[in-house]
Amino acid sequence: MPGPQSVINKEVAVSRKADAGLLANAGNSQFADRVFSLAMLCCALCVLALVGLIIYELASKSSLSWRASGIKFFFQSDWDPVNEHFGALPFIFGTIVSSILALVLAVPLAVGVAVFITEMCPRWLRGALAFTTELLAAIPSVIYGLWAIFVLVPLLREYVEPWLAHYFGWTADFTHKLGFQGPFEGPPYGIGMLAAAIILAIMVVPIVSSITREVMTAVSQQQREAVLALGATRWEMIRTGVLRNARAGIFGGIILGLGRALGETMAVTMVIGNRPEIAASLFAPGYTMASVIANEFNEAPGDAYRSALIEIGLALFIVTIIVNILAQFLVWTVTRGTPARANG
Amino acid sequence: MGEGIKVEKLNAWFGKTQALYDITMEASANHATAIIGPSGCGKSTFVRCLNRMHETVPDARATGTVRIGDLSVYNGTAAVQIRRRIGMVFQKPNPFPTMSIYDNVAAGLKLNGFNDRKRLAEIVERSLKLSALWDEVKDQMHKKSGASLSGGQQQRLCIARALAVEPEVLLMDEPCSALDPISTGKIEELIFQLKERFTIVIVTHNMQQASRVAEFTGFFLLGKLIEFDKTEKIFTNPSDKRTEDYITGRFG
Amino acid sequence: MADTLTSTFVSAPVSLWRRGINSLVTCAAAGSVILVLLPLVAVFGYLVYKGIGSINFAFLTQIPKPPGEAGGGMANAIAGSALILFLGSLAGVPIGIGAGIYLAEYGRNRFGNVIRFTADVLNGVPSIIVGVVAYGLVVLAQGNFSAVAGGVALAIMMIPTIARTTEEMLVLVPNAVREAAYGLGVSRWRTTLSITLRTATSGVITGVMLAFARVAGETAPLLFTTLGNTYWNWKINQPTAALPLQIFTYAISPYDEWHKQAWAGALILIILIVASVSAVRLVASRGMLKGAN
Repeated sequence: MPGPQSVINKEVAVSRKADAGLLANAGNSQFADRVFSLAMLCCALCVLALVGLIIYELASKSSLSWRASGIKFFFQSDWDPVNEHFGALPFIFGTIVSSILALVLAVPLAVGVAVFITEMCPRWLRGALAFTTELLAAIPSVIYGLWAIFVLVPLLREYVEPWLAHYFGWTADFTHKLGFQGPFEGPPYGIGMLAAAIILAIMVVPIVSSITREVMTAVSQQQREAVLALGATRWEMIRTGVLRNARAGIFGGIILGLGRALGETMAVTMVIGNRPEIAASLFAPGYTMASVIANEFNEAPGDAYRSALIEIGLALFIVTIIVNILAQFLVWTVTRGTPARANG
Repeated sequence: MGEGIKVEKLNAWFGKTQALYDITMEASANHATAIIGPSGCGKSTFVRCLNRMHETVPDARATGTVRIGDLSVYNGTAAVQIRRRIGMVFQKPNPFPTMSIYDNVAAGLKLNGFNDRKRLAEIVERSLKLSALWDEVKDQMHKKSGASLSGGQQQRLCIARALAVEPEVLLMDEPCSALDPISTGKIEELIFQLKERFTIVIVTHNMQQASRVAEFTGFFLLGKLIEFDKTEKIFTNPSDKRTEDYITGRFG
Repeated sequence: MADTLTSTFVSAPVSLWRRGINSLVTCAAAGSVILVLLPLVAVFGYLVYKGIGSINFAFLTQIPKPPGEAGGGMANAIAGSALILFLGSLAGVPIGIGAGIYLAEYGRNRFGNVIRFTADVLNGVPSIIVGVVAYGLVVLAQGNFSAVAGGVALAIMMIPTIARTTEEMLVLVPNAVREAAYGLGVSRWRTTLSITLRTATSGVITGVMLAFARVAGETAPLLFTTLGNTYWNWKINQPTAALPLQIFTYAISPYDEWHKQAWAGALILIILIVASVSAVRLVASRGMLKGAN
């Protein structure tokens, strides 16, 4: 049997003769490289273009309304399309109140869930719990709305609101002195601000919870151990070793949740009652910026009407952008890198 | 026959930090040249400049002349064309994870537009034989993934992959440092045989390996080429005191 | 900080009070988990309870009947959703993946950070606004509502999501793999497509499916773009039915029969979404190990 060297020699000699310049025609592909990187750049620029497009569309289509009413648009509270009086204050009020209320309900729960999952939960349960909170985030808004109409609202109407009116109705005595309704006053329709706040809270919990979990996990183990070594109980360790360090990020998560609540449309539209009035009672129907656009855009007969709605849309867009930028920034300071995640 | 590489006044930078200073040397055709030196002396950087892999790092640049045969590596020819003539084997074996053994070896050719199926099969077989892997994988090479082989086998796969493109020079950046002694031995034997037909430049921090495998050796220190000579001379009678200190183990 | 901590912890050995607080907090945290899981169970429970009765072959194959008449189904809405999703993905997926490739391979710099940031901000734009924009861009230009307009709205929502997940997956591919290809003289574009992208394929597909699951359930962007339709429609320039739209219309209607169908439609929708989210998790946990090693 020929030795290995001669085998190799023979092989290589054959190859050199037959395949000299195997890839001689392969070229230098500089042109293709350039075209490719340009194409990828264009795709990336589309992202920037989309934002520009959105701003342009909203600004141009709302200019009619802006020129007609100016800044007063946002401070007037009569929404009277028939007579072409457009005041957006009720919607701003509705959006802000429903969102803040939702956060008040959601944040303690979300942080509680996050704390439980990261610090207290047995390991085998962790994945399952995390998955189920993720599932909550995956449920579409319209399904939450559907459930809210047929399950939540009757519940509020039959049980919760009468109970609240019974036990907390005395608050009305204080607010009457200040000149407005009590928070639990008025007929318990079920439909109204309270329903909207509750369903929004359910939708916001997963976002705040997952960001909180993320920033809590980002706090190094050494921080926890340092506090434990001083003799702290588990809660004290969580409070001083983890939550304090993750504060900025948790706050960012809350702001992100706010952003989501502000822009939430379908579920809110289905239970808020769609009445453009400012009321102090939680039982009263209301209206949000997103809801009025959803409900009235298609029926809006006239350029002035549509333009007013689009102006509301522009305001909503600007507010949510600012809120989201603030949130991203806060989360980034703790995790040192923007998480690639869709908020929705 | 392989081609020799001539290097003249090669300087290299990473951003503002200079990594190589005026390197001038020659790797003779059909011989193995070893590059030795302590960690951080610029051995890898030097070798990566020979086939312009240095450029793949952002903010990296090099000046000077490198010639393979008549062709100048910088000034004019595209990097991809150079790299088909000057192949490379890396420190940690890096077969393409989603490809079979066969596809791994054929990758260099296929991705460069060479599509003749019959000849591809011949070339793959030849390359695997050249890297002494053929007998171990010939039954499974279409089914098994490149990443399912052992470390030593993966490295031989990477050598086969580099050889399939038919380079004239093969650069090896510490090819055995991640391998066990038996695999190292197999690969050293391979180098011994390959250098008859290819020019080999091998970076190694293992001096015994250099003396086993290479006819010539260059000693690098802090980005400068301190001494370059026949391996025998470097290890028995070095001219520079620093070389002597290194090979006797005073540092590094 | 150490001083105040020391004085709090050391001078008071773990008192009953502190242990009590600790237990209370643990209970509160566990309680919040239960409170949060409650609506989840309730929503899914009701969906199954109310919806399962109305899902039958007729539901899945027929189009809606006029109000008051029993029977009929949401077949056209399910098909319409698929059509609109498909149209949206024609632009959304390639552009999204392209942007992701740019961010991973060419964008590790300040300009790339601008794009990255913008994509994250875009992900937070309310979907109703996207609907308004698509209305202005497509419906006004065309003169009528259409599936294409709906597709455009969904594409606008898909692009930033897919871009970021694609980037995340590509960045996971070890640099050694790219270097192996460069060392063989393979050009950069070929390396990116045939080696890097190929290695990250399962992860990228995961990201695309997640984007699909998210936009498939969106109603707001379809309200003023595709409008809805009670009949079959395959013409992309005409109003088309969509599942979430149909659910919405039926839910707010006064007819009991339609309410039942709304539940059924919602059940179908949630099954599809949960199936893709779970499949994605399965693929992700296996695919990444396969590809990135």
